[in-house]
Amino acid sequence: MSQYQPLQRRILTLPFAFLGLLALIGLYFLIERFVNGMGAVTNLNGGFPWGIWVVYDIVVGTALACGGYALAVTVYVFNKGQYHPLIRPALLASLLGYGLGGLGAIIDMGRWWQFYNLFLPWQMNFNSVMLEVGLCVSAYILVLLIEFLPTVLQKYNAETWLKRLNKVLFFVIALGVLLPTMHQSSLGTMLIAMGWKVHPLWQTLHLQPLLAVLTAFTMGFAIVMFEASLSAVGFRRDPETQLLSGLGRIMVGLIAFYLLIRFGEILLRGKFGLLFAADLASLMFLLETALFAYPVLVLRSASARNSPRALLYGAVSLLLAGALYRFNAFLITLDPGPGYSYFPALPELMVTIGLVAIEIMVFLFVIKTFPVLPRDHKGPASHG
Amino acid sequence: MNRRDFLRASLGSAAAALAPGAVSARENLSPAPQAVGMLFDSTLCVGCKACVAKCKEVNQMPPTPLGDEVYADFAQDLSPQTHNVIKVFRNGSPQTKDSPTDGFAFEKRSCMHCVDPGCVSVCPVTALVKHPVTGIVNYDADACIGCRTCMTGCPYNVPQFDYDNPFGLLHKCEFCNQKGLERIDQGLLTGCAEACPTGATLFGSREALLAEAKRRMALTPGEIYNYPMGDVRAPASHHEKAVPKYQQHIWGEREAGGTNVLHLSAIPFDQLGMPPLGERSYVSISEGVQHGLYSYMALPAVVLGGLTWLVKRNIDEDQEGDEQ
Ligand code: SF4
Ligand code: SF4
Ligand code: SF4
Repeated sequence: MSQYQPLQRRILTLPFAFLGLLALIGLYFLIERFVNGMGAVTNLNGGFPWGIWVVYDIVVGTALACGGYALAVTVYVFNKGQYHPLIRPALLASLLGYGLGGLGAIIDMGRWWQFYNLFLPWQMNFNSVMLEVGLCVSAYILVLLIEFLPTVLQKYNAETWLKRLNKVLFFVIALGVLLPTMHQSSLGTMLIAMGWKVHPLWQTLHLQPLLAVLTAFTMGFAIVMFEASLSAVGFRRDPETQLLSGLGRIMVGLIAFYLLIRFGEILLRGKFGLLFAADLASLMFLLETALFAYPVLVLRSASARNSPRALLYGAVSLLLAGALYRFNAFLITLDPGPGYSYFPALPELMVTIGLVAIEIMVFLFVIKTFPVLPRDHKGPASHG
Repeated sequence: MNRRDFLRASLGSAAAALAPGAVSARENLSPAPQAVGMLFDSTLCVGCKACVAKCKEVNQMPPTPLGDEVYADFAQDLSPQTHNVIKVFRNGSPQTKDSPTDGFAFEKRSCMHCVDPGCVSVCPVTALVKHPVTGIVNYDADACIGCRTCMTGCPYNVPQFDYDNPFGLLHKCEFCNQKGLERIDQGLLTGCAEACPTGATLFGSREALLAEAKRRMALTPGEIYNYPMGDVRAPASHHEKAVPKYQQHIWGEREAGGTNVLHLSAIPFDQLGMPPLGERSYVSISEGVQHGLYSYMALPAVVLGGLTWLVKRNIDEDQEGDEQ
């Protein structure tokens, strides 16, 4: 018997219909973008070539999708098999998150019909951090698809294929650990090339890749905790608190390490005064730091880590913290010089919201029809 | 090697690769030996915008209207239709030209044709290429995917993407030497330098221009100097003018690895809106980190081998556990 089972609930619910409406609005503006150009729906300009489509869909979105990565490292590299039950929903969320990132990249490409140049060896520029991000993200989407395949095969009882796949799966899993480490660190390196436009509080030069990987990791753990706690609350399922409290401990350690490096850099490079500049950047930095610090404070004690509520709040705080870190660095405090400003246009926002709505709809559909969630120990999943 | 040793080794090397200092940035690139360039002397510029008009003519771009007014070019900044623009910078009440206080000055904006260009370094598909001999940075629309990374990587916000066109492309000055135009290859000057009536925009080899700039630095304010126009190596003509009080700074000699377009001015460059750049190019650091990471991960292949072994072993152990 599988340790996973589909959640047998109705698919067409009211929230699902609402998400569908958001998706339709997003699609409408998407069509407009392809017919009339990006200018018709976005506020992009010469100083802000990257808006929320890049920063949310790719930079933040792929970090939010690092649950599969964080768990794969924990389970397969550090051999903590007890976390295994969490891995399928995490993989599914990662697949959808990265899928969204890939889709977002195409939508945002001004010359999308030539995207294949990215894969032509004679066109590749191996000095380009962006090339590395593009190739690794594409490869990782494939890897996630394969990693998720057993779930699909199981649903259709394709036992022979399942056995065959299991023989090579370990290699795919290893790739699935390597690729995100590479492209997440590259997203950080991207900030170095952006140079003086990145606010000094976020321009950490050589440390960028390390900070990027660390935040991706913490966000990966946080999203796993968030999903598990939420499905516990939302679907009244067994809350797997024991496992989650273990993840909470890892998370606290990672954040503490991250904060140490972050503040060390600021102190050593003499940027401490910028914290008290009382401008947008200093305010954003304080908010970001508070969001990072909160989970450390709440989840420090073992008893707190056993409370599903504390775990959920800690996870949410950390997700916001990591997202804000990237938003701040890439967009909010970015200053390309006088004469340039950016705030997303409504249609631009609606495209991103629509894509996220689609992502959630697919997630709900798949966990209700495929064996993704761990078997509920409370008994048969009949209520609700 | 057992698992613990492998983990320790791989974590150690990952930490070393990520640690500051362990990754050495590469040096800035050096100017191409026969690099061509321009010298823009803000103190000579009278704001006539002949260079802007000529640029549009040569590159076949429409004038930028002001409302309904199309009788002249009103471009305020670089745009998909404007590769070269003259901007006015003021300080206090603009009374005296070239005075650092209560003054104003004209400033030319166009691609600086960096010696170590950010745009070239970050473009994933080699759509921006720096010519090895002339140092000119050219654009290849057939390669470009429109990701606009070059815009984020350019310290001067030069490349402009045409957002209003669903099949738009990137626009930037190519020194009038793009395919089909090739003015430099034919021995001509850039359009703007040819059109400039004061010699404020001067064409030539980077070397000769740098020498000219240094000559001007050494002049005494008030003394009469015979300013060349056209190509500094074979001026089309000259005109005599009193020397202004130059800032003792040749912009582009060193900034972020230097540029092939050099600027002189009598007011500080930050007042002219030039970006805060050190001598080290940012992309020399990012490329160093990028290649450093990958050589430490040597790499990725070796790490992948290790990871594969580890994952397989852990899965096998798990399954044995299940069977027991
Ligand atoms: S000024 Fe900008 S566009 Fe021009 S070469 Fe330098 S980095 Fe490239
Ligand atoms: S927009 Fe075009 S030229 Fe610029 S970085 Fe992307 S592919 Fe290269
Ligand atoms: S043509 Fe010469 S003088 Fe006239 S605006 Fe251009 S640079 Fe200045």
